[in-house]
Amino acid sequence: MSDTDLQPAIADRPSLSPGKRIADWILANPAGFPLALLALTCLVVGAINPDFWQLANLFDVLRASVVEGLFALGVLVVLAAGGLDVSFSAIAALVMYTVTLIVSTLVPGLGILPILLAGLAGGALLGALNGVLINLLKAPALIVTIATQYAFRGFLLTFVGTALFMNIPASMTAFGQIALFSQVSADGLRVQFPAYFLIFVLAAIVTWALLNHTLLGRAVYACGGKPEIAARLGFNIARVRVFVFAWAGMLAGLAGILHVTSNRLANPFDLAGTELAVIAAVVLGGARVTGGKGTVGGTIAGVLLITLVDNVLIQVGIPSTWRTAVVGAFILLAGMFYAWVDRTAVGR
Amino acid sequence: MRGRSLDIQMVGLIAVNLAILAAAGLTVGERFLSPFNLQSMASQVPEIGLLAMGVMLAMIAGRGGIDLSGIALANLAGICAFLILGPIADSGMSGQVYLLAFGLLSLGVGLLGGVVNGLIIGFVGVTSIIATLGTQLLFTGIAVILTGGSAQTLGYVPALDDFANSPVLGLSPSVWMFLAVAAGLALWLRATKSGRLLFLMGSNHTAARFAGVRTRWLLVQVYMLSGAFAGLAGVVIAARTSSMKWDYGSSYVLVAILIAVMAGVRPEGGYGRVICVVLSATALQLLSSYFNFLALSNFVRDLAWGVLLLVFLAFSRADLSAYWSTAIRPRSKA
Repeated sequence: MSDTDLQPAIADRPSLSPGKRIADWILANPAGFPLALLALTCLVVGAINPDFWQLANLFDVLRASVVEGLFALGVLVVLAAGGLDVSFSAIAALVMYTVTLIVSTLVPGLGILPILLAGLAGGALLGALNGVLINLLKAPALIVTIATQYAFRGFLLTFVGTALFMNIPASMTAFGQIALFSQVSADGLRVQFPAYFLIFVLAAIVTWALLNHTLLGRAVYACGGKPEIAARLGFNIARVRVFVFAWAGMLAGLAGILHVTSNRLANPFDLAGTELAVIAAVVLGGARVTGGKGTVGGTIAGVLLITLVDNVLIQVGIPSTWRTAVVGAFILLAGMFYAWVDRTAVGR
Repeated sequence: MRGRSLDIQMVGLIAVNLAILAAAGLTVGERFLSPFNLQSMASQVPEIGLLAMGVMLAMIAGRGGIDLSGIALANLAGICAFLILGPIADSGMSGQVYLLAFGLLSLGVGLLGGVVNGLIIGFVGVTSIIATLGTQLLFTGIAVILTGGSAQTLGYVPALDDFANSPVLGLSPSVWMFLAVAAGLALWLRATKSGRLLFLMGSNHTAARFAGVRTRWLLVQVYMLSGAFAGLAGVVIAARTSSMKWDYGSSYVLVAILIAVMAGVRPEGGYGRVICVVLSATALQLLSSYFNFLALSNFVRDLAWGVLLLVFLAFSRADLSAYWSTAIRPRSKA
């Protein structure tokens, strides 16, 4: 809209101001912003508290980022298609509690693979319901998913159960215990790196391939960026929308199951309230609520940043009561930074 | 739309109010319709009604506008007012003066928070969803930091308690204040230039900008008003419950949106009526109290609110679209 549209989009023109160069570079390298903040955070925390540089810390952050990371990959796909999802934590809670309850009462000897598949399928179904409702009601995705968030959680706590239970299926406990890497540190603590982290890696690779190397991925970005043009190109926007919400739901269901296996208990009140930190991570990673943008790399960097900040606040002497304000500040920071990028960049 | 004071939405909402009253009267009986219960229900409307009016303004402004920071700001405003003044015993003020000072401080914090929202959205250009999500967490976070996460107890301050709980001419002063604020907002929307331009901006942002509307300042005004309503809600909450906590009313974000959508406010912008929001708030309060009488759990209530929101989104698409065709109808994407 501004007069920068009239200038030729040549990023290396000598007359370009440094601001425009930075904005252009960020547009081309969306992971740059969260990675820079990540590096900065590490350096600052490391300088204040040298104990920060420990393998255990790295493992803690990586382990803590699995559930949020899976959520974030789903939100990324939804945002890229121009939607927004705040119901994923409710989907995860509903799926994890229901699946664990059914399996432990009916078939406690079931293996981990069918349980994971049940989580994927249940989540995908609930997510698809989100997409169908948004198509039917022609209402903003935020409002519809706020409604389904309450409906899913209300349904779980009214009809399924409110009591947490520890006697989860043996296969889930065993799966959560498998370690990729185990070592006893100098001060006698056992440091473990769980194998379920690989599931997050796998989900990230599949999501990346989907977005970047399939026609469906192109359709997702097209529907998010310019829906009218995408429709004229022959993309079925309604179907793409159902798909992205189903994808987000599927990853949320998976995250729920992994949450149970790592905590070794099923608590229906868990995961509520994680929505905003996840959205913060995805927005830090360069996705826009206006759609059409966002990368897996940026999202993962955003998730690592938010989990790191969450984990290290205490190590640098900031009380845990500051957590909420810090996450809020990060959302605002990211929102304002990318608003500036979108306004300033030449090569849009 | 204009000039037609009795529209179908309004008639429908009055019918819904009466239907819930009738259903509750028939099943619960005398206790529901007793003056005491009616007054008690009325005294619970202002806080949620004020927040819903804020959501309505943000929605009218268009471009997916929404204010998710309302209840967070209301809690923060009440907490700030309390921490600045201290308990009434320490402040040495009379009850009336304390109430006034508390109100002004809470309103001030609300206005300030609203201006922050408005500047971030209007001038920095952050989408309202992200901006108010961020400030929602920020306001909540500041409230947690200030209180260390614990509830702040006001104790029994007669003047403050009377403001929300003892009826004057049948309704408590807080309800009268709410009605006065609603009337003022309706007047602002209908009779002032800013109010009328707001509907234009909500219907077609680009057209409004090229027509010379200072859209950025208008957005600041919208969120400032919404923040002021949150500040007033903070006073009402403090007066009604005699305490303040950072996580009070965590479902109010949903309920405020539900009230606005039930009132026929278009989430895409350009349409909304204050009288319908007031009626919608009373309907929801009646329903909520009815649930109380039926001894339904909070979980059932959450489920009901979620489903109701979906139902009303469907309702607003199906039945009323014909009536809205006379209103300003932008061809905006959903």
